[in-house]
Amino acid sequence: MSAPVATEPKPAPPAVETLKVKVDGLEIAVPKTMPDPLTGKPVPTTMIQACTLARTDVPHYCYHPKLPVAGNCRMCLVEFGTPAMGPDRKPVLNPDGTPKIAKSPRPAIACATPISPGMEIYTTTPGVKAMREGVLEFLLINHPLDCPICDQAGECKLQEYSVDYGQATSRFVEPKVHKPKQVDLGPRIVLDDERCILCTRCIRFTKDIAGDDALGIVNRGSYNTLSAYPGKAFDNNYTLNTVDLCPVGALTSKDFRFQMRVWFLKETKSVCTSCATGCNIVIGAREEKVYRYEPRENDAVNSSWMCDSGRLNYKWIGAENRLTEIRRQNPGAGGEKITWTTAAKEIADRLLAAKPGTVAIVASARQTNEELFLLSQLAKKLNALTDSVPRIQIGDKLLLSADRNPNSNGAKLTGIAPAQLGSNLRKIAEGIGKGTIKTLLVFGEDVTRHGIGADLLAKLDTLVASEILPNQTTKLAHYVLPGCAHAEKRGTFTNGKGRVQKFMKAVEPRGDARPEGEFLHELVAAVNGNPGFTSIEGLFNWMAREIPAFNGLTWGGLGDTGVTIVLPS
Amino acid sequence: MAFSVPANLEAEITELISHYPQKRSASLMILHAVQEHFGWISQEAVEWIAARLELQPINVYELVTFYPMFRREPAGKHVVKVCRTLSCALGGSHELHGHVCQKLGLDAHAHGLQTTADGKFSVEFVECLASCGTAPVMMCNEDFHQAVTAAKADEILGKCA
Ligand code: SF4
Ligand code: SF4
Ligand code: FES
Ligand code: FES
Repeated sequence: MSAPVATEPKPAPPAVETLKVKVDGLEIAVPKTMPDPLTGKPVPTTMIQACTLARTDVPHYCYHPKLPVAGNCRMCLVEFGTPAMGPDRKPVLNPDGTPKIAKSPRPAIACATPISPGMEIYTTTPGVKAMREGVLEFLLINHPLDCPICDQAGECKLQEYSVDYGQATSRFVEPKVHKPKQVDLGPRIVLDDERCILCTRCIRFTKDIAGDDALGIVNRGSYNTLSAYPGKAFDNNYTLNTVDLCPVGALTSKDFRFQMRVWFLKETKSVCTSCATGCNIVIGAREEKVYRYEPRENDAVNSSWMCDSGRLNYKWIGAENRLTEIRRQNPGAGGEKITWTTAAKEIADRLLAAKPGTVAIVASARQTNEELFLLSQLAKKLNALTDSVPRIQIGDKLLLSADRNPNSNGAKLTGIAPAQLGSNLRKIAEGIGKGTIKTLLVFGEDVTRHGIGADLLAKLDTLVASEILPNQTTKLAHYVLPGCAHAEKRGTFTNGKGRVQKFMKAVEPRGDARPEGEFLHELVAAVNGNPGFTSIEGLFNWMAREIPAFNGLTWGGLGDTGVTIVLPS
Repeated sequence: MAFSVPANLEAEITELISHYPQKRSASLMILHAVQEHFGWISQEAVEWIAARLELQPINVYELVTFYPMFRREPAGKHVVKVCRTLSCALGGSHELHGHVCQKLGLDAHAHGLQTTADGKFSVEFVECLASCGTAPVMMCNEDFHQAVTAAKADEILGKCA
């Protein structure tokens, strides 16, 4: 019964020839070539990659594993030696038979120097330390040293390396070169040019990854200034990745600027919900308030990037008008606050009293696999007609999917939605119109905007609406259930390519809101008589046994970056 | 007013581009040609060149701002260049530059090309003019002057009509 579970859609790369190098005395075998970050073609392995494999940290600014190498900051200078060759082109040996190493009289930048067989890399010598100190001192001569008001403080490479290699006092007595401050670089970014260390990461990202050759360095020497073309806004849907990439506080997000000191943020692993790509993210929150999303590396999904529209789509979580009460309503004539227990009991009673085939469910493809699965269990028992709402817009070539639902595949795999999302909505509307459908459960959608208008809703005996923010449907519902944002619960989504990814809870739900899965668990137990699980782990594992495409998956086995399943064609 | 390039300059640029396997390699030569023709390189010119070379304007703008000999504003009628590099600096070129600026009412400490309000003179403090043995050296338009004293500078400026 179990379909094969593929962790990675790609075949394993062919075995690469290795060669041996020593990093600070530790001998390791490293691949002779590594894939180029842009083309994927094999290119010679560099010293910094060998050091990373040897778990040796080499300080660096301009180098980034996902960008083309620039080699401009010089922070990664190391010393090295290679096996000495005699006039006969044979290796010269030490008396003990080991190869004699000829130490290079000059250092090399580890980020751009290929390794060679027998090479020895030294990262802890007094010379290397002196070079790091020297490079850092030069990088700081014109720097404004305004850490107390800098957004990058706490996650700044200048600060970190200054702790390791900085001078206690400045020897620079000359006047500093002043550069533009608070440059409005684009709709989402403010640039402080005095903090920029000219590493060109942002330039390379926007040119080579985002495909928008928008940034450059103007002027010369100590007047070098990072800039967009005068009068042209830096505005593509990926600009905020440059804020993450900037090793210092030069590029800042207008949204996050001066909002919170980063060291107060609690970081939670999560997934973006704004399209079917499901970029992996870290949610930064403090005292139950979400302050930012940042991309989290997952090479099977989003590399190290995310789009600006997804990144900034979090304000609704903290919206003032969130639904916070469980309500029983008599539409048009007010209502009252009730408890979850009462709601579960009354709704279960109504469902059990309903004639099979008279119940319909509209669930959102923004809900988790587990919630959709529980709803599918109800649907099975009640012989309910079900569907979700499609959200198709225009995608791009990098990450953004045309499908703006995070879990259309989950909706299909659990059987809640037909192959063509939304194709049952009309049938549901017709059923209500004809009076054959008397009960409607709506989860996370405003059906009045999708063909089931207020006039139809008024005909229902029972309308249950579980929602996060109020809308027309919740207004007309007999029962309103306050729902949770993904940031307030745990669960999984199945992305557009079939990657099942889990997300963790970052903040507490608002008011009486509680994870939909918990309430649905009680409802399913009351209607089907079989609880089936006691925790999100148990629920997931139960679902994985029941849904063929998920067979073999476990909550724990998903790890932090998910597992790709084979989607039924 | 839309930026336009006369036919002969257009032909020269087409010719320049043909010299290189990649269009963008012609950038510097085109910038020289454009400055030669107009006397300076406007933002419209930068955009025109970028479009011609299938580049983004920022790529051309980087070059224009990197090389001090490219002007982003029109220069005065007479352009004075004083050498600031080592031999001339030792030979008193900073004093000479200061003197010239003071005489013309310009700020000697400002960065880049400085032009008098009446548009008659521009002064630039430039790198080596390749006559290091006869420091300090100064150029006035296309004329070269060696071992320039303050008095000699006054005389040179005085001859400019
Ligand atoms: S703004 Fe930041 S990323 Fe861009 S060049 Fe400057 S330091 Fe590097
Ligand atoms: S590409 Fe999609 S999943 Fe990724 S950040 Fe954007 S909206 Fe979110
Ligand atoms: S990291 Fe190697 S030169 Fe910048
Ligand atoms: S130093 Fe002035 S001409 Fe060379």
